[in-house]
Amino acid sequence: MAEVACPMAGVVAEVKVQPGDTIEPGQELLILESMKMMIPFQAESNGVVREVKVNVGDFVNEGDVVIVLE
Amino acid sequence: MFEKVLVANRGEIAVRVIKACQKLGVKTVAVYSDADREALHVQMADESYHIGPPPVAQSYLNMDKIVEVALGAGVQAIHPGYGLLAENATFARKCREKGLIFIGPKPEAMEAMGFKVKARQIMKEAGVPIVPGNVEGIRDLERARALAQDIGYPVMVKASAGGGGIGMQIARDERELEQAFKICEARAKAYFGDPSLYLEKYIEEPRHIEIQVLADNEGYTVHLNERECSVQRRHQKVIEEAPSTFVDPDMRRRMGAAAVRSAQAIGYNNAGTVEFLVDPDKNFYFLEMNTRIQVEHPVTEMITGVDLVEWQLRIASGELLTLQQEEIGIDGHAIESRIYAEDPDKKFMPSPGKITRWQVPQMEGFRADVGVYEGYTVSPYYDPLLAKFVTWGETRDEAIDRMVLALESTVVEGIKTNIPFHLKALKSRLFREGRTTTNFIDQLKEE
Repeated sequence: MAEVACPMAGVVAEVKVQPGDTIEPGQELLILESMKMMIPFQAESNGVVREVKVNVGDFVNEGDVVIVLE
Repeated sequence: MFEKVLVANRGEIAVRVIKACQKLGVKTVAVYSDADREALHVQMADESYHIGPPPVAQSYLNMDKIVEVALGAGVQAIHPGYGLLAENATFARKCREKGLIFIGPKPEAMEAMGFKVKARQIMKEAGVPIVPGNVEGIRDLERARALAQDIGYPVMVKASAGGGGIGMQIARDERELEQAFKICEARAKAYFGDPSLYLEKYIEEPRHIEIQVLADNEGYTVHLNERECSVQRRHQKVIEEAPSTFVDPDMRRRMGAAAVRSAQAIGYNNAGTVEFLVDPDKNFYFLEMNTRIQVEHPVTEMITGVDLVEWQLRIASGELLTLQQEEIGIDGHAIESRIYAEDPDKKFMPSPGKITRWQVPQMEGFRADVGVYEGYTVSPYYDPLLAKFVTWGETRDEAIDRMVLALESTVVEGIKTNIPFHLKALKSRLFREGRTTTNFIDQLKEE
């Protein structure tokens, strides 16, 4: 099981994966809004999404676990 | 003069306005969101009021709440800063209805400039040069050929019903026009359901040069020379300077007169800026008018000795402008570097977080307009502007040297800033030689 941590503080603008999805490196997982910019947050490794811990509108801090992979 | 003013903004501009008020003996009222309880503007104001949660829609853009706070605190006027409510005619009207003075132009003038096509029409009638083109929809190639001949190549072919660059094509000669016409017509039909096209002169390697104006409530208007704002990333200005290396005295006089005519054509009052696109042959064209104080206003203050925010307050309180056009000169050269919380090593991604060290030098010919402090946490909810560094020199070279020294003496820890980018840009040959067009950042990468 691997945890995916958020690279920077911001507000979740869009969640692009759901539990059960197979992901690959470079795939967009979610889009963060930070300092008036939309920032796509991409996967770094292969995996299957087990849990998405955030919803649109949630505030996340740098280092917060946002997605758990199997 | 007012006794008390509410500042409906945050960050460095709120601090700037509060300082101008303090200089005039005016009491200040700050407003803040949940994310800004520890902000510098809140600490500096005489009174401060909480107005809502962090998102601007629920706090700094909450017009009714801000007006309610203003009335409760007993202020006579509201300064909107820039961005947020600064160019919102509805807010200016709400202030007027409640007997509050909006420190800026009247809402009618804001609206006249808010609609781009209408603004273009007004400027044309006032004899202000606009980018040559036609506004009617073109349906056949022959008509397009004749118009392109009149305008002069290269031309930009655009969909009449379009926007945002969709279906735009550059044509450099008649052969390319034929091709562009076909492509655009097909796209216009597919995307917008209307095949009509229009042509506009395409300006290559344009510079973005703007003229500062001040007008009192009686319509007396002066200009305060130009600012060169061509260095931009993602349409966001990064470095500005005054005067422009590209503008000669005759051109300055003509641009200044055109800016004054623009302001007078819409009955403008208070501080404003007329933006022009300038082509390599020094032709200038009206782009738009910013009906507010601008981020880069300090470079104008440094070369003219005029305090623009102080005049905003004076004019709004009913004072007449006492500056004479012939008295407004240019003393030396000023440069502004916008310090953003961005990581130059990660494609300039935002870098919010806690500032663990903030050390900015104090030097002759150096001014820092700052919205943060050591120990402050930069919130991801708002724009990344931390501070503006402004240097003055007898010459442009001296101003550049001072900025390099100031940036190299600055220490910021805990978050990333674009200071390394500024140093690279200011030390480049391109910048030294004043070759700053809107393509500057791309050209810098190649140097």
